[in-house]
Amino acid sequence: MLKKRIIACLDIRDGRTVKGINFVDIVDAGDPVELAKAYVKQGVDELVFLDITATIEKRKTLIKLVERIAAEINVPFTVGGGINAIEDVSALIKAGADKVSINSSAVRRPELITEIAGQFGNQCVVVAIDSKRHKTDDVVYVDGGRTPTNYSTIWWAKEAEKRGAGEILLTSMNHDGCKEGFAIDLTNRICEAVNIPVIASGGAGKMEHFKEVFEQTKASAGLAAGIFHFGEIPIPNLKDYLRKMNVDVRC
Amino acid sequence: MIAIIKYNAGNIRSVQNALDRLGYKSKVTDDIKEIQAADKVIFPGVGEAGSAMKYLKEHKLDICIKSLKQPVLAICLGLQLMCKYSEEGNTECLGIFDADVKAFPPDDIVPHMGWNNFTRIKGEIFNRIELENDVYFVHTYYATLSENTIAESNYIVPFSAAMKSGNFYATQFHPEKSAEVGEQILKNFLQL
Repeated sequence: MLKKRIIACLDIRDGRTVKGINFVDIVDAGDPVELAKAYVKQGVDELVFLDITATIEKRKTLIKLVERIAAEINVPFTVGGGINAIEDVSALIKAGADKVSINSSAVRRPELITEIAGQFGNQCVVVAIDSKRHKTDDVVYVDGGRTPTNYSTIWWAKEAEKRGAGEILLTSMNHDGCKEGFAIDLTNRICEAVNIPVIASGGAGKMEHFKEVFEQTKASAGLAAGIFHFGEIPIPNLKDYLRKMNVDVRC
Repeated sequence: MIAIIKYNAGNIRSVQNALDRLGYKSKVTDDIKEIQAADKVIFPGVGEAGSAMKYLKEHKLDICIKSLKQPVLAICLGLQLMCKYSEEGNTECLGIFDADVKAFPPDDIVPHMGWNNFTRIKGEIFNRIELENDVYFVHTYYATLSENTIAESNYIVPFSAAMKSGNFYATQFHPEKSAEVGEQILKNFLQL
């Protein structure tokens, strides 16, 4: 049986984790590698590193970091943030990233999806979509959720799949940070529209929310950041809970 | 020394990293003499079957691989290339395993991506591995079941999760990305 995946997301700036962390046995909580290793030990199924470094010269720090992550981590990981061209992708894959996540750059130039898929395979391309509910439609936002586009989320998800995306990382901006649960309706609409894995993101605040998203949608994975970092939901407890609720997760 | 065959497929770095973590020295190479002289050979790969076979033929790596006598471990696309024929790009493959490679029917989400367990395992590379252990898969095509199948998994259809013929071993999953379970399987191969 294919298991439902639990994914932890780490925000990175200038090679350091951004949000404060209170894991117990970590020497340097600001070091993404230390944090990632702790997550793997806890049984996380996959990791996403989202680089929010503003300047281009600091991007070299990211490549060095990806090399260190790849050397230490024995589960798959995705790197996203600031990827605009196939050269950015090559550098990350060469450094050891398994997948890359693209968001605004894919909306602005959808050919990028096809280029990455053509060179590195569909499985390598995660298209991240930030979606916000307008009156009658779900709308795609770019630039870290600052700029609305003319795209409906369903249309864009289908288009991304058609162009070679291997996965959709779907974040509901209405739910993100609210800790009141994942966007069940939106996740369902997208899962029905595409035949590639959908990662539900935004809104997880309790273990029950993961159960809800896995029971009520076809999402392949649930992603969260803060609730894992701050130890609000320890991953081993989450997995024990899901198993008790008959959701298939990796031991 | 472990030779990791270098060709136009990704994911070679993570295989070398995994060997480093286990304390084995390895070299990524497309030099036929170096590959032939290695204690063990790993044939990794994520990519497209047609272009990968074309590359192997152009570099005479197809003949080299087939004639290897030491233990060889193919991973993911490597397993598929060791079969007879792949629907991906309508490709004649190496023919080491008596199986064909087919596309998953679109009855569920494709690719088969994530952690899945086994329904059957046998042989020394599965020492200390249990059926309920999960390993990481990511693939759109699968190898059919055959006499060479040494591990079977289920996704939409039953398929070959691992195969063996003589000194040739292959896994559809990525042991280098499968946490401790994958490390154990790699160790089992390295200790053959």
